[in-house]
Formats: sequence, structure tokens, C-alpha cells
Amino acid sequence: MINITENAFNPYQVLQQYQTEQTHLQAKQGAASIFIGTMRDFNDGVDVKGMTLEHYPEMTEMQLAAVVEEATEKWDLLDALVIHRVGDVYPDDSLVLVAVWTVHRGAAFDASRFIMEELKSRVPFWKQEILIDNSKRWVGKNTDGYQANKL
Amino acid sequence: MSIKVRYFASLKEFTGREQDECPYQPEMTAQTIWDFVVPEKKIPLNTLVAINMQYENLEATVADGDEVAFFPPVTGG
Repeated sequence: MINITENAFNPYQVLQQYQTEQTHLQAKQGAASIFIGTMRDFNDGVDVKGMTLEHYPEMTEMQLAAVVEEATEKWDLLDALVIHRVGDVYPDDSLVLVAVWTVHRGAAFDASRFIMEELKSRVPFWKQEILIDNSKRWVGKNTDGYQANKL
Repeated sequence: MSIKVRYFASLKEFTGREQDECPYQPEMTAQTIWDFVVPEKKIPLNTLVAINMQYENLEATVADGDEVAFFPPVTGG
């Protein structure tokens, strides 16, 4: 499931509820890998008090669905959950949740890393920070994607 | 028909607007569309282009009724 939301969410509560509802995972999943991205109150040596996450709605959904589909085909995922915030966010807010369920741990680790790196390199979200003096700045380029970051 | 042109993030600030309409002409590319709708400014380096929400380059040709978007490198996550 993919959810792009303006609403704050508690990733731990979301995960607990989602996994309970996914009855097809019961006694079939051997591994789950979970990534939670959280907003810091600093970046590049500067205090940050808030951020606005802009996106290109239709393309965001299309690209994110493609990323999850690629991961599902590549690692035979049993399930995947991706939640991403947009709009106004504040330090300690959860910005992104990526969870995957697989039979074995290797696929879970690799697939969650793949989804995050591809999300950061090709899904059209943009962060604009609000600094402590109320000035604003756009965050620069994120990453070159999964292959470029593969360990 | 025409081409719908959209700008996001810093490109929206750069152009001063969210979108434009560009009259379609045969063999238009993303670059020629930019030159038509933003003639006063060169396209910034590292600008990304999407046609109908798929990544393309500036030389990609555009069809009548397409949606072309210009935006900076993405920074989600």
C-alpha cells in the first residue's frame, strides 16, 4: 500500500495495525524490514524549525508505484507499505515509512534499501526548510539511487 | 489543443508561476517549449523534465495535449 498524506502519523501504530490486517502474512513471512525517516532540527550545520514538503501529486503516485512494483518483482515481496508526508512538517515528525515483508532477511534488507534510495532519487518530492531566522532554503540533491549507494 | 506546462519547487519560484499553456507546433521539444513559455530566462542547470509524468530529456519531442513539467532534483525521503 502507498499513502501520501498531509497528516502526521505514528509509524509504530500504523505498522502494528497494518500487519494485523494483512492476514496473508501470517505464518508466511520470515522477515520484515522497516525504515522510518524522521525530521531533524538541524541540517548542514544550521538550526531548522520546520519544513514544507512539496510534490507533483500524479507523478509522485505513479513513480512510487513503479518503484514498489520493481522491488516486488526483484525480491518477491509478500507485501510492502510506503507512507510519505507532504505539506508542513516539524522536527521529530515522521516523514517516511517503508516496510517490506519477505520470506528471508536478505530480500527484506535489500528491498527496503532499494525502495528508499529510489524514492529519494526519482520520486518528485521537494523539501524547503524554514530556518531559525524564518528564512527559507530548498534542500539540495538527495542521492543517485540504489545502484550508486549499494554497499 | 495545447501543451500544459507545469513548474515545481524552485522552478516555480524561478518562473514566478505554477503553470503555462503553450500552443502546440509539430516537432516541439521540452527545450523549445521552455524557450517559448519562459523566453526571458535560460533553463537552470540540473533541471529535470517529465513528459506525461515520465522522465525525459530536454530534446524529447512532445505531442499535442501532453503535460510537460520542469523541476529541480528531487529531495524526498
